[in-house]
Amino acid sequence: MTGVVGAVLQVIVVGVGSPLLVGVMRQVRARLEGRAGAGVLQPWRDLRKLMRKEPITPRGTGWVFRAAPLVLAGTALVVAAVVPLVTTASPLDGVADLFAVTALLALGSVALALGALDTGTAFGGMGASREMTVLALVEPTILVSVFALSIRAGSTSLGSIVTATVEDPLSVISPVSVLAAVALAIVTIAETGRIPVDNPSTHLELTMIHEAMVLEYAGPDLALIEWASAMRLSVLLGLLASLFFPLGIAIADAGVLALLVAVIALVVKVGLLGVLLSVGEVFMAKLRLFRVPELLAGSFLLALLAVAASFFLA
Amino acid sequence: MNLVSTLYVMALSGCAVAAVAALLAPPRARLHLAGWCTAGAGGLGVAAGVAAVMSFGSSWSAWLPELLPLAGVRLAIDPLGGVFIAVTGVVAVCAAIYGIGYCDHGLDGRVFQSVLPLFVAAMLLVPAAASVSTFLLAWELMAVSSLLLVLAEHRRRAAVGGAGLWYAVMTHLGLVTILIGLVAFAAGAGGESFEQLRAAALSPAARTVVFLATFAGFASKAGIVPLHVWLPRAHPEAPSHVSALMSAAMVNMGVYGVVRVGLDLLGGGPAWWWLLVLAAGAASALFGILQAVVASDLKRLLGYSTTENLGLVLVGVGAAGFFAASDQLVLAALALAAALLHVVNHAAFKTVLFLSAGSVLHATGTRDLDALGGLRTRLPYTTAVFAVGALCASALPPGNAFVSEWLLLQSLIHALPGSGVAGAVTMPLAVAVIALSAGLAVATFVKAFGVGFLARPRSAEAERASESPPTMLGAMALAVAGCVALALAPTLVVPALGRAVGVVFPGRDVVSGELTLRLAGVSGMISPLLIAIALLAAVVAVLGLVRVTASRRARRAARLWDCGAGPMSARMEYTATSFAEPLQRVFDDVLAPESDVDVTPTKESTYLVERVRFHARVPDRIEHRLYDPLIAAVSAVGRAARGLATGSVHRYLGYGFWALTAALIVLVVLW
Repeated sequence: MTGVVGAVLQVIVVGVGSPLLVGVMRQVRARLEGRAGAGVLQPWRDLRKLMRKEPITPRGTGWVFRAAPLVLAGTALVVAAVVPLVTTASPLDGVADLFAVTALLALGSVALALGALDTGTAFGGMGASREMTVLALVEPTILVSVFALSIRAGSTSLGSIVTATVEDPLSVISPVSVLAAVALAIVTIAETGRIPVDNPSTHLELTMIHEAMVLEYAGPDLALIEWASAMRLSVLLGLLASLFFPLGIAIADAGVLALLVAVIALVVKVGLLGVLLSVGEVFMAKLRLFRVPELLAGSFLLALLAVAASFFLA
Repeated sequence: MNLVSTLYVMALSGCAVAAVAALLAPPRARLHLAGWCTAGAGGLGVAAGVAAVMSFGSSWSAWLPELLPLAGVRLAIDPLGGVFIAVTGVVAVCAAIYGIGYCDHGLDGRVFQSVLPLFVAAMLLVPAAASVSTFLLAWELMAVSSLLLVLAEHRRRAAVGGAGLWYAVMTHLGLVTILIGLVAFAAGAGGESFEQLRAAALSPAARTVVFLATFAGFASKAGIVPLHVWLPRAHPEAPSHVSALMSAAMVNMGVYGVVRVGLDLLGGGPAWWWLLVLAAGAASALFGILQAVVASDLKRLLGYSTTENLGLVLVGVGAAGFFAASDQLVLAALALAAALLHVVNHAAFKTVLFLSAGSVLHATGTRDLDALGGLRTRLPYTTAVFAVGALCASALPPGNAFVSEWLLLQSLIHALPGSGVAGAVTMPLAVAVIALSAGLAVATFVKAFGVGFLARPRSAEAERASESPPTMLGAMALAVAGCVALALAPTLVVPALGRAVGVVFPGRDVVSGELTLRLAGVSGMISPLLIAIALLAAVVAVLGLVRVTASRRARRAARLWDCGAGPMSARMEYTATSFAEPLQRVFDDVLAPESDVDVTPTKESTYLVERVRFHARVPDRIEHRLYDPLIAAVSAVGRAARGLATGSVHRYLGYGFWALTAALIVLVVLW
């Protein structure tokens, strides 16, 4: 029962809260840069405005272009439901595997890349090509850090990994966890398209990745994409928080009160991570595209070191 | 006669009937007669294979001493062979039905049509052979018939001849090493039936020689680096349904050989054998997918993807052998089951992909991705079929390869405790290799599908394309149905594969569960069906949400915005080459791409330029570095030896005399 309620809560919290997270992050950036900022609710206002606009299909595009936003939002919702953000007891146990979650997020990126290629514009192709390059290089890091984390729990199921950490909170400060945490943090930044890999607030720059793919979308389609991107960001930040700082997460058979505490803890943790990320972005510049693989190779090395450490410390 | 043997003999006779029908039938009826007979034979093969795996009736063996002088023919089908027979059968059904429509344009010759069923028969025979002589005979029949099929279009394209030569040389070098290995094995065992080989007590050195020799041969058949060079040449040049047969069914025989000889007949071996297998598999997985990601020839890309997938399979087989050598039988069984599941899945999606690539070739006459595009509106069914194949091949849920790669990763990830230093070093690297190849596979198939089928046509041929005939579409639909079934319900297949694994590692349950794959012995579970349902539900929910909240205004078509630029031409689109450019740059050191700028100045002027031409290509580096010097050396020896043959009879008599004398002297001294 806790599982079902928890999953529904997770979807609601992520669905409603993720645009707010984006709003908070933009506000923090604005303040640090000496601007007033648009307010925390601005992403929601943007979404409402976009939803009211008329849907437009560019000529020469087909079903792939139409389906891409739906698939992107759909994968984000599924991942939000199964990742242990509020509760470790997922009702969809067969889905809540770290490999499956990674692959589902990749499926969303692929859908968007195909939608971009379907337009046939040079920008669409460029964005898709870069997105796939980053995705291909991110995969190994994720899976090897998963390897490192799952050794302790003896399973790749997210619920088991988080439960193991809840039962033994001090295990987080082992070298394995620290190395894996850094590797996963870099990967999260790359996956969500933040500085230094990609800049979410640029348009029409030759360096962009994500924005180049969505240039042809308008109205409700664009709203879906923006919403889904925000959800992916909050889910990945939430996952990072759950894996390495699972304080407050409700374990199986916990009561309603525990779930409420877990929701508050989740909001606080993800909010903090978001603020940290945006503070970091203010002080950093975007990397050149061909320096990004070096960054990702570095994170891969950290992940490998995590596995090696887990062997020598076992 | 039990059920397995009845079905199996009927399948072989079906192939024979198809071959004879193709020889005798008039041209008009030939395609249909041969095609449907081969398809029927394939169907019977599937039934025989499934029956053997499920062991309805006892396992079957037969000895036919009259069929072959000296040794006779010895056949036996166990669940392991049954899996490969069933896979071959399914691919044969799809390819044969597809061939009826595909061969209309000039491939309806008598020889081609009658060799195809023989090729299928040979592939059904290899996993059933139960003695060295039978095995080698079937193997050679498979090699020769496939060579004839590869050469089918040699009058039309010059490249076919070269591909055929490479294939002939590689496949026969492979045969020679397998022959050496198995003959040495049989000599050591004092008998040539597989039962005698199993019971043989060979010295460790002899076992190693047998293993290495056979592994080299089987690896070359499976397209494993560095013996893969025939594969990216032969697959594109063969007719598409033959490519499907070769890539989805024939290469599997290499895996079958490694499992049969290495794990079954030799009964496993020291850990380093299997680490070698694993390393070869990992190297091919990475090399294959790196070449695929930069390839712009659609069928060549698929060929390299075969190298990648068979590499992943060998990673599984190598891990299984390694775990068995370090006494972790639960993991060994799991790894082998993952490898076999990947064989089945790869066969399914590679059939889909090659058949739809053939449909594109049929409709446009080109395989060059840079000249395709916009097929979505002109070939809607082919596009949908290729989309399913690409999703499955890129190991994303809800595709079928995702399940087998997940199983493979699970077996590797649970390895760490107790497998020693070698395991602790190897397994994380193997996981990383699988992950990187999975990521690159995603990029490869996004490129193949996005550039080849979406956007707008990049050439006149792509613009004029029209959909393929119903037999081709039907065969593709059949293959897609197989893919979808494997993707959603792997739990139906995996227990059966567990029986095949039981031939090598007896008494192990690999997985349990009806809808969810639950691993037995280690913790881990996944439910592909649940993932698919959850995804579908989420997409429907999102759609509903949009319906409720979005404006009621009708969808309007508008010009592509393209940042406000003028109307776009097809030349502005991203091509396959440009799509892969960032990855090519990232892996510059491995791929070593070549580029060249030719400047042609106007006559009698150095400054006025008439034409500047830029060439860029990514050659197969292994071929470049390993084979080219070898071929150069061999031809140098050949040229040098030409001086020996001057045409003078006296000289030849002299050679004979001296050779005889030398032989006598050697005999006298050494005897």
